[in-house]
Amino acid sequence: MRQTLFESLTRGPLTEAPPPPDAAALAELAANVERSARRRLGRSLAIREIDAGSCNGCELEIHALNNAFYDLERFGLRFVASPRHADVLLVTGPVTRNMRQALERTYNATPDPKWVVAVGDCAADGGIFCGSYGVVGGVGAVVPVDLHIKGCPPSPVKLLQGLLALLEGGATTGPA
Amino acid sequence: MTALTDTLQGERVDHHRPWPRLVLTRDAWHKVASEIAAGHASLLGLWADTGAVRTVHMAILDDSTTDIAVVSLECPDGTFPSVGALHPPAIRFERAIHSLFGLEPAGAPDARPWLDLGFWDVQYPLGARAPAPAARPVYEFLPVEGESLHQIPVGPVHAGIIEPGHFRFTAGGETIVRLEQRLGYVHKGIESLMAGATIETAAKLAARTSGDSTVAYGIAFAHAVEAALDIDVPLRARYLRALMAELERLANHFGDIGAICNDASFSIMHAHCAILRELVLRVADACFGHRLMMDRVIPGGVACDLGAGGANLIRGTLADARRQFARLIELYDNTASLQDRMAGTGIVQADLARQFAAPGYVGRASGRNFDARKTPGYPPYDRLDFSVPVLTAGDVNARVWVRIREVEQSMALIGQILDRLPDGPTAIPLAGDSGEGLGLAEGFRGDVLIWVRLDGLRVARCHLRDPSWLQWPLLETAIEGNIVADFPLCNKSFNCSYSGHDL
Repeated sequence: MRQTLFESLTRGPLTEAPPPPDAAALAELAANVERSARRRLGRSLAIREIDAGSCNGCELEIHALNNAFYDLERFGLRFVASPRHADVLLVTGPVTRNMRQALERTYNATPDPKWVVAVGDCAADGGIFCGSYGVVGGVGAVVPVDLHIKGCPPSPVKLLQGLLALLEGGATTGPA
Repeated sequence: MTALTDTLQGERVDHHRPWPRLVLTRDAWHKVASEIAAGHASLLGLWADTGAVRTVHMAILDDSTTDIAVVSLECPDGTFPSVGALHPPAIRFERAIHSLFGLEPAGAPDARPWLDLGFWDVQYPLGARAPAPAARPVYEFLPVEGESLHQIPVGPVHAGIIEPGHFRFTAGGETIVRLEQRLGYVHKGIESLMAGATIETAAKLAARTSGDSTVAYGIAFAHAVEAALDIDVPLRARYLRALMAELERLANHFGDIGAICNDASFSIMHAHCAILRELVLRVADACFGHRLMMDRVIPGGVACDLGAGGANLIRGTLADARRQFARLIELYDNTASLQDRMAGTGIVQADLARQFAAPGYVGRASGRNFDARKTPGYPPYDRLDFSVPVLTAGDVNARVWVRIREVEQSMALIGQILDRLPDGPTAIPLAGDSGEGLGLAEGFRGDVLIWVRLDGLRVARCHLRDPSWLQWPLLETAIEGNIVADFPLCNKSFNCSYSGHDL
């Protein structure tokens, strides 16, 4: 273990330069979120992830945000275990009928002000699972959504771009 | 010894490939169930179909001859003799059949619904489609009796970035005396969306049944469709499928080995294994244009090719990964505090692993020597040299070691695949008549089984059986007598799929 630790100290970091915030995400946020809400949340956000019916593909890429290459925590973004500690709900999947109540309860357990980010093509509108008896639809059909990050699944870079827009958006958009 | 499949009395169905399907009488169905219960054959899957007549199907593996067969029973009166009454691994399959189709397993030991949590508008959505009852029925968990016991309900929303499901723990102090799972929260109705879909759309649904096994699902679905249409795909496509399957196995094993250690609070393994996983995903993206390789395996072949630089990129990355992984194994093996958590924790008994035909590393860590790449086997693995690691301890540590050994085997396999990759086309167009096909593919988690009934080039009925169906119940047995704090460790060492199970 000593050798591994020592090498980690001497070797350069694997962490890569952050991508620029996504322009489309910035525009969507400017339309959806009041500037005052952003100011109150500041630049450090606690994220609670909720799988509301996903195939687990989005979860795998959200997990990757924590690896050494993307290192989400350097931006002040971190995943928390309870919705009561969260500023942001990161919701994946078409919302299944069996998860609807759990998603609503989790949303209601999150203190205001809060943002909801819908991750993945299914979370936008139900995607390929639309029309099934088991699916309500996109996340927006159950709780209000502030930002969509598309992809099947979105890559960690796409996820970072969307989440950085959450942080950066407050300073650069909205009425004075 | 005569093979079980030879002694079966039944009417053989035409156009079911590659293994036979026999329509049995009720007595013969009961006899097959008894043979399975006696340990002469393994139950690979149990599902229902509506067609001209409502039917239940059972896929069985003769353990002595490794023959596979599907046996069917027509249920005009809506009932069938319960297999679960004799053979407990069938119980959840039968509960799901009842909840989805309304078919009644006569004599079943557990009549509670499964997958249907009472939130749907319809009852029996794949069968009679009756309106759901107005009041949501109360679900009764199994009774637990004893002094000073307390219950801990967990989920469906869990603390980490994981899929939803409900766990009901009953504990005496710190020790778990019973775990009961309740699953179905991510039920999307995939099999209903499959019915009537084009093969192309159905392949996309199959690829999104369990995102971590998208390549394995792609291969199993392709096997089933290609069997139903009786077509053979080009050898280059077979090799490229295997290449993607082994990359998928590597990515998942790397990620999970680290995550298991993380659940014992040994985060340095997690950090380094996550780097290895990321390297594999980046190579997959560079070579095949998608990090998880979704939609790259299609019925008829593959939807991608390996470019000129791809093979070198894979070789270079694997050479680095092999060097780094060797050091991590040493770290895993030489850290006494970590071993203290892993060894002896969450033991799956060998007889239960055999009874449940436990797929993947869950079975192979408890002495069950089964790997769909060997038995029944499929190209190109019959031309490649690899071994199937099997251990007998059955604990978390054994499951980790099986996966460590599988990483080494997959790396060697990828080298062979790249060396021997034949030239030629990567896909052929789909053509053929209606038919039925059964497909198996070994994903990282275990064997994925998919059955299709085609109506021309459309799917009439498709059933997808994730390996997790036969692993989840074993987790309930493995955790018994362990402390609550070791549950994440045990759970992660299984890493069952919720979405693959819930469908």
